[in-house]
Amino acid sequence: MILTATLLLIAPAIKSAFYKAVSADADNAGLKMPTGFNAAIIAETGARPRHIVVTPNGLIYLKLARPNKEGKAILVLKQGADGKATIVSGFGNYGGTGIYLKNGYLYTSSNQEVFRYKVNDAYEVINPNEPEKIVTGLKMGRQHETKSIVLDNAGNIYVNIGAYSNSCQEKDREKGSMGIKGCPILDSAGGIWMFRADKPNQTYKDGVRYTTGLRNVVGLDWNQQLNQLFVMQHGRDQLHDIFPDMYTTKESALLPAECMYALKKGDNAGWPFIYYDQFQHKKIVAPEYGGDKKKEGDKSIIDPVVAFPGHLAPNGLLFYTGNQFPERYKNGAFIAFHGSWNRAPEPQAGFYVVFQPFKNGKPDGQWEVFADGFSGSPEKTASGRVDHKPCGLAQGPDGSLYVTDDTKGALYRISYKK
Amino acid sequence: MKRIYYLLSLLVLAGTTQLHAQTHKTASKSPVTGLSSSVTAGKKVYTLHCLSCHMADGGGVANMNPPLINTPYVLGDKNKMIQIVLKGFNEGVEINGDTYTNPMPAQPTLTDQEIADVLTYVRNSFGNKAGAVKAADVKKIRASLK
Repeated sequence: MILTATLLLIAPAIKSAFYKAVSADADNAGLKMPTGFNAAIIAETGARPRHIVVTPNGLIYLKLARPNKEGKAILVLKQGADGKATIVSGFGNYGGTGIYLKNGYLYTSSNQEVFRYKVNDAYEVINPNEPEKIVTGLKMGRQHETKSIVLDNAGNIYVNIGAYSNSCQEKDREKGSMGIKGCPILDSAGGIWMFRADKPNQTYKDGVRYTTGLRNVVGLDWNQQLNQLFVMQHGRDQLHDIFPDMYTTKESALLPAECMYALKKGDNAGWPFIYYDQFQHKKIVAPEYGGDKKKEGDKSIIDPVVAFPGHLAPNGLLFYTGNQFPERYKNGAFIAFHGSWNRAPEPQAGFYVVFQPFKNGKPDGQWEVFADGFSGSPEKTASGRVDHKPCGLAQGPDGSLYVTDDTKGALYRISYKK
Repeated sequence: MKRIYYLLSLLVLAGTTQLHAQTHKTASKSPVTGLSSSVTAGKKVYTLHCLSCHMADGGGVANMNPPLINTPYVLGDKNKMIQIVLKGFNEGVEINGDTYTNPMPAQPTLTDQEIADVLTYVRNSFGNKAGAVKAADVKKIRASLK
């Protein structure tokens, strides 16, 4: 009896020590990465995992876009000695994207609310069926409805409330339709809202519109080095479809940039009045608001810290703080680009994880494709009919990088070995 | 899930039956070249006005723009399809358990013939087989919407 109990106690420790040493898939799970990096698919969930948490003891939580066949929308996985991760339980019946672990609580979001669950010393959720409702009644339109979340170190939670519109036209996505004056959508969406992380049942009136003029944010992270919120915006679609006389299909495939912003309270990133043109390096007035491809927007609108190619759909952002990867990766940003659709009839692009080096809290040099090949082939990338789409990112306790795929439900682990 | 498959197969079956009926009807009136010229003209309209969302293969975009392959919207009542093109569409669509969120903008500036051609193209491409849509059908629906 005592022996069994002892074995039970030490078993998890052995497992967590073992999985780190496990080698990669023979073909690196089909991924191309810089020399020294290797990859494995550690779970095939058959679900649609969006954002991900890996706890300090290696437990994995996946937030699913919608409940799986068993009706669960948060999956718990344990990593075994063979390096594979096995689903051990599930809870929560609400689809969504956001999940974040902080100060003894697992925070999750549906598309209208934010919840939290207390975890024990082993980072296990104590009461999976009785979450505390932290925020309720958030606006959810039929577009950009997911609520990404992240916490700071001062007891606040940041929630993306996406604009339920492409460019705030009077008739959404309709050719030639002009922008609604002042864009009233911005009163309750199209920005990041800040709430207290420990106060139940908060609504808009309890929160603060921390930053406005962000069309939709899926990837976001708290930069611990700068103690600052960083977000990746999904830029507007369909410049050609809506203003065919002003933009060619090619220009519409490349513009506007997908932007990384470093945010401060009160910032305005400019949607829908401007978009960022990465070729002119300027904030250009949107055609819906009288723009002509050249006219520049209001100077009070913030500039992005990095401008990426258009329509790549940045769904995951992670500042790397681990020690496993080579020194140049430390404090740099990994971005999971879900991949484009709004480049057609031009070839689609993205479906990869990018690395942006940082030095002293500022982007340092060009971004680079870090892990490519999720799509399955260059042809699949071009057509957009891909095998996997990278979405969420997390850093494991040993410094490995985890990547979710919300199309087929694969979970990747990327490691480095000298 | 089983129920969805059942429903889908019923719809496909309904589409096929309808096709047979319509082939019989149209075969005597208009030669096959009528359909194929409408499909050819419709492909041009599709490329200009539909492809950027519904994609070259008609497969749409997951979670956003619905596919145009083997769905009741495409294979079913052509009058409803004409209405969607003329008035736009902004309702929750569920196809095979997936939902699609982007609104479809109205395309009232397309002519009756362009709408007839593009719908005929869609109903006879991407593996779809359904009856042709005529300019007169579009004219009737357009008038009823005024």
